[in-house]
Amino acid sequence: MTDNAFSHTERYGAGKTPEPKFRLRSSGDGTVVLDMEGAWTMEHPLFPQVVRELDDFCRKNRVNRLQFATANLFAWDSRLITVLLHLEEVCHKRGIVFDLTGLPKGAMRLVDMATARPPTEKVDETPESGFVVEAVGRGVLAVLRDVLDFLDFLGRSTRATLRFIFGLSSFRKKDLWILIRECGVQALHIVALVNLLVGLILAFVGAVQLQQFGAQIYVANLVTISMTREMAAIMTGIIMAGRTGAAYAAHLGTMNVNEEIDALDTLGFSPVEFLVVPRIMALVLMMPLLYLYADFMGIFGGMLVAVGMLDIPFRQFMDQAGMAFSFTNLGIGLFKSVLFGFLVAMSGCFRGLRSDRSAAAVGIAATSAVVMATVAIIAADGIVAVLCNFLGI
Amino acid sequence: MPLKSSKIHLSVEDLHVGFGSQAVLQGVSFQVRRCEILVVMGESGSGKSTLLKSLIGLVEPDSGEVLYHDVNFWRSPDHVRKSIMRRSGVLYQRGALWSSMTLAENVALPLEQYTKLSARDIWELVSLKLALVGLTGAENAYPSELSGGMLKRAGLARAMALDPEILFFDEPSAGLDPVNAKLLDDLILELCDSLDTTVVVVTHELDSIYAIADNAIFLDGKEKNIIARGSPKNLLQTSQDTRVRAFLTRGGERTEGET
Repeated sequence: MTDNAFSHTERYGAGKTPEPKFRLRSSGDGTVVLDMEGAWTMEHPLFPQVVRELDDFCRKNRVNRLQFATANLFAWDSRLITVLLHLEEVCHKRGIVFDLTGLPKGAMRLVDMATARPPTEKVDETPESGFVVEAVGRGVLAVLRDVLDFLDFLGRSTRATLRFIFGLSSFRKKDLWILIRECGVQALHIVALVNLLVGLILAFVGAVQLQQFGAQIYVANLVTISMTREMAAIMTGIIMAGRTGAAYAAHLGTMNVNEEIDALDTLGFSPVEFLVVPRIMALVLMMPLLYLYADFMGIFGGMLVAVGMLDIPFRQFMDQAGMAFSFTNLGIGLFKSVLFGFLVAMSGCFRGLRSDRSAAAVGIAATSAVVMATVAIIAADGIVAVLCNFLGI
Repeated sequence: MPLKSSKIHLSVEDLHVGFGSQAVLQGVSFQVRRCEILVVMGESGSGKSTLLKSLIGLVEPDSGEVLYHDVNFWRSPDHVRKSIMRRSGVLYQRGALWSSMTLAENVALPLEQYTKLSARDIWELVSLKLALVGLTGAENAYPSELSGGMLKRAGLARAMALDPEILFFDEPSAGLDPVNAKLLDDLILELCDSLDTTVVVVTHELDSIYAIADNAIFLDGKEKNIIARGSPKNLLQTSQDTRVRAFLTRGGERTEGET
């Protein structure tokens, strides 16, 4: 058989290739010859046998050299090479000379290439989490590093924001307008929908309970107080975390991948002043407006249930809601909306700027920005609730 | 050879850079003279980009000095460092144009931030820079609308916005077809010659290296240091180091297949 053992028609054509066969024979002075016949290709699962038989043969006879006879080899492919590598291993183990000369030239070269591996360079591996304790330790350290980094970022952002407010730094005004549009007007419909539904649900669940006492008119109080004090700010914050916080993280992460942040850095622009401050400003300015809008939509939703389901007259609902409304609650809600806006912008920018430089890392940054912002919002809400209780408001 | 300090633009002395426990550069020293084009070459992973980053203020070295006109870059306070960076330009591998701005806005931003020019003057300068790199008419295009070659040229226009004294190029011809790569090389040569700019280029494109380098240093990943320096053509003729020869002859003088 010649070098170019088979063409595609032979391999994939209608006719089946001949079964591979082999025979081991001794040719004097310790040389063993492997006679190969037929097609040594991936289609034929004969090969473990070859290795085993060679091993056996070597155990029984004194062998110091392995040669190949391939005159009747019909075809071969990479499968042959893998077998040869196994044979080579056996020879190596037993100190037998592995003589390739009888093989097709191509196969010889491939075996040479496969065995002559240059020492691979040491690549930094991510440490395996071998032991539970070690994994926990690493996890804790990572969280600690995160917290420290975040505190550092918080400090720098606050400083940059103050510098901006006192006119010591600047960014492109056009950027701020674009950001304000993105997190203001363009968020209106989703904020409206979600808060309308929250108002509806609150009123509906409340109504079922209050009806038992004939006190369905208090649905108005329930909806008004809970929307202004809690729900509108929280729901709007969470919507903005999923919408805008994720967008900030993805945007800054991609800028990181494209070296755009490096470009800012090397021109002497501070990325925090240029990218983070406008985003904080945009959200901190727009969140209170969205919150007011959310209040309105939530109470409107409650009104729909009250008027439509409980047969409370519209005027009566409005009177009752007006009595339940208090500026204290509105103030608390407004304060919280500003706080949540700040938290969402911070988480988004923090995760984005810290993102690694790959497509996958940008996705991770966006996800963790949302998680971080959501947790921060809920935690901050709890803290504000405790503080309000403490202050008696 | 030691030269008069006034003529040396950038001097790096015994620079050690690493990430965590992994050292990337150990004791790198070299000098770039005023108006010279220095090429930093070496295989992938030899620390070329890391070296560049520690020259332009992105990666702080563990030890060693980076001196611009005898001003110690990393030991200086923040505002001095920023003023040095303001007088340098960097062309990143993929242009790194700010994607939310048009080309004109990209070039204009450094001018708006650091000069007191009127909007009209800035516009004129921006048009000039874009004309120099052959991008007249693309002022209002966004980076995503441009081809790779145009992005690089636009990046060059931005890097040169403030007429820097020194320009850094990170793989300028990577990812470009031979024609565009040559165009960019010619552009770099021409502009830097006309504007008296010192240039540091990180690359492994042989054609570029031979075309533009006055001088070169060769980094090796295992030694984590410079293993050869001189003009590339000289190195090709005189260097005995197999690693340098292999690099400069694209994997070695072909011994097989020549017969």
